[in-house]
Amino acid sequence: MSIEIKMVWRNIWRNPRRSILTILAIVFATMLLVFMLSWQFGSYDTMINTAVKVHTGHVQVQAEGYRDRMDIWLVVPDPDAVSRILGDIPEIEAYTVRANAFTLVSSEDRTYGVLLIGIDPEKEAKVSTLQKLIRRGEYLGENDSNTALVGELLAENLKADIGDELVILGQGRDGSVAASVLTVKGIFSSGEDTFDRRSIHMPLEYFQEVFSMRGAVHEVVVLGRSLDDVETIKEKLERGIRIVDDHKAMAVLDWMDLMPGLVQSIKMDLVSALIMYAILIIVVAFSILNTFLMAIFERTREFGVLLAMGTTPGRLMRFLIFESVTITLIGIIMGIIFGSLVTWYFQVHGIVISGASEFLSQYGLPERMYPKLSILSISVGAGIVLVITLLTALYPALKVRRLKPVEAMTAA
Amino acid sequence: MYLQLAWRNIWRNPRRTIVIMTAVVIGVWAMIFLGALMRGVSAQMVKNGIATLTGHIQIHQRGFRNDPVIENSMHEPEMVEALLAEYLPSDARWSPRVRVDAIANNARHSGGLTLVGIDPEREAGVSFIGQAVVKGEYLDAGDEYGIIVGQALVDKFETKLGRKLVFMSQDTERDIASRAFRIRGVFRAEMEATEKQYAFITKGAAQKMLKLGAGISEISILLADYEDAESVADNLKEVIPPDSYEVETWRELLPLVTAVLKMYDWFIYIWYLVIFIAMGFGIVNTILMAVFERIREFGLFRALGMKPLWIVKEVLTESFFLLTLGMIIGSGLGLLSIHALADTGIDLSALSEGLEFVGMSRVIYPVIIIRDIVVANLVVLVLGIAVSAYPAIKAARFTPVEAMART
Repeated sequence: MSIEIKMVWRNIWRNPRRSILTILAIVFATMLLVFMLSWQFGSYDTMINTAVKVHTGHVQVQAEGYRDRMDIWLVVPDPDAVSRILGDIPEIEAYTVRANAFTLVSSEDRTYGVLLIGIDPEKEAKVSTLQKLIRRGEYLGENDSNTALVGELLAENLKADIGDELVILGQGRDGSVAASVLTVKGIFSSGEDTFDRRSIHMPLEYFQEVFSMRGAVHEVVVLGRSLDDVETIKEKLERGIRIVDDHKAMAVLDWMDLMPGLVQSIKMDLVSALIMYAILIIVVAFSILNTFLMAIFERTREFGVLLAMGTTPGRLMRFLIFESVTITLIGIIMGIIFGSLVTWYFQVHGIVISGASEFLSQYGLPERMYPKLSILSISVGAGIVLVITLLTALYPALKVRRLKPVEAMTAA
Repeated sequence: MYLQLAWRNIWRNPRRTIVIMTAVVIGVWAMIFLGALMRGVSAQMVKNGIATLTGHIQIHQRGFRNDPVIENSMHEPEMVEALLAEYLPSDARWSPRVRVDAIANNARHSGGLTLVGIDPEREAGVSFIGQAVVKGEYLDAGDEYGIIVGQALVDKFETKLGRKLVFMSQDTERDIASRAFRIRGVFRAEMEATEKQYAFITKGAAQKMLKLGAGISEISILLADYEDAESVADNLKEVIPPDSYEVETWRELLPLVTAVLKMYDWFIYIWYLVIFIAMGFGIVNTILMAVFERIREFGLFRALGMKPLWIVKEVLTESFFLLTLGMIIGSGLGLLSIHALADTGIDLSALSEGLEFVGMSRVIYPVIIIRDIVVANLVVLVLGIAVSAYPAIKAARFTPVEAMART
């Protein structure tokens, strides 16, 4: 075997310029893919985490049909029963309950339609980032009743500030008119326009009173220890709920059910990117196919001699594939190393795409983005390059099998 | 003579030429075809944005855009309307609107949306709503209690044609105004969000409900060609008093779409460059090989008195032929694939929720922009020739004796 390795190695460096150019092409493709995929995975992670932390949590229990219609009378009537089930699931990090209502909110001189969210201040802080998003004023306290947290943009539109009173007017669970006066206690900013423009948070207990909820809530929001636990939690929760809920009125939904738009748009982005990468690598493949071909055709006479001396065509083919694999691997390994270094640099320092902040905040992304190097982002990129280059190398290698010793030796 | 020499030289080893040309063809095809798809996505976004109540130019009372409340309405629109009639190009259409945030209620449901009071006849020529009613009928100018709502809203509210919806909003006296409307028509839109967001009543009904008098919230203008938006807006700004009114084009009204357009611009050119680099390595390598196997020949040329510069020229001409052929075939294939998709488009309905999330349409139609095609080909040609200079200069550097001595 060692003689074969030596031959392959020397053959590669017979024409160093050519081999280096070929390796560089592979390095370029691998680097680009490692970086781009890390970038994409990094932004998906941020998008999912922000959305999960700001809105949905990992898993929710809701009334069947609530997600689509958000009607106030579609409730989880007994949140304590759900809590008891949650207490028995070790993968759960924290959970909270929320109630929502569409209401008109009026300040002294402005009125807007908003989503009013009743939260349990203490539990909410463990599940969502709301407490950390407070920019001015304070977060809700344990004993607060008629206080409110208002989104920054909404506060601006309402021309309301800390301490100002807001009148809310909506429809209670029983269809009655629900009205109250809330004092602005804090102003939050999530960076996501629709959330900051359209939502107000208030203490759940008082919400339940004003909207005649009779102890019911709309969402039980569960945060798992990590994204990987979601499936287990969902399964256990479903099993537990089925015992309590005999009318099948409850639904257990994970973040993918709750945000299908997010999931699909990630899928779409990934698929269209993979198509682009595949096309790119096919261009690279044709770009280096000539090197592989030339490396063989300029040695036709040599192969003839080898065949005449008794080398089997199969062995010759193995040789050539080995040669291409070595070139490919050198390129891919260097590509991974350089690609990872570049990615790592940006992972530490972040990248600012100037002028895109408005666009990014729409998807809950910060202006400074961080790619995220992972085994997956490295191996997917390198894997695609490896497969396509090897397929490219196969074609010239197969040609060798048809060589006839005598003809080959007399070839020019 | 060069041309003939170069042309024959590239066909000396047809397999090699075809392989590298394939790389160029696929590359150019990818540049043009994917570029056209991206342009298609962004063009559709602009079209949707403009049709969904934006128009090409809008006029508001100064302050309305930052604080879109009823107090910031245009109280005397007649003056502006007279100016529009005088200064707008004759093929432009425009429509006045009242627009206000409201809460809709029926016995079982309630939700927030935007109530739009329109002049039915004028509006039909400006925004999508004129052609969008699929059930029932469009509004009559005198209809005081009729409303048109989106299909998604009808589903959400579990209601239907002929039923009532109650709307609440704040009127000019800062009281809560409330009024019941009967559903006269149901519309469908490209985006489900649009169907949920807007409900249309007549301008008169809105003005009465909000105690607005003759006031309106905005005037939306649609031009024959959206490229004219800037110049027409500039003309209007000169005659419409700027201290009380704002005149803005769709670029300012839809900052998100404008940002996406700009990003796609960059993205397309980066894509061109990346694809070029991918084929660049192959181009250099192939020309390099072609040069090295002809060392003796070049030595002979030199010995016969050919100047080094001529050799450079000859090699570059070869690369020129190679690139041009690849570009012609690649561009041709690109245009063919665009043409093939021109009528059917690429249907992405299966991902409709994702599309909705990023604001894209359900069907993507590629859009040809001549400038993109020219730029793609120029990138390949100019950079291709530039990287070929390396092997070309190599070829010119062989000294005659050395070269001819090689086997």
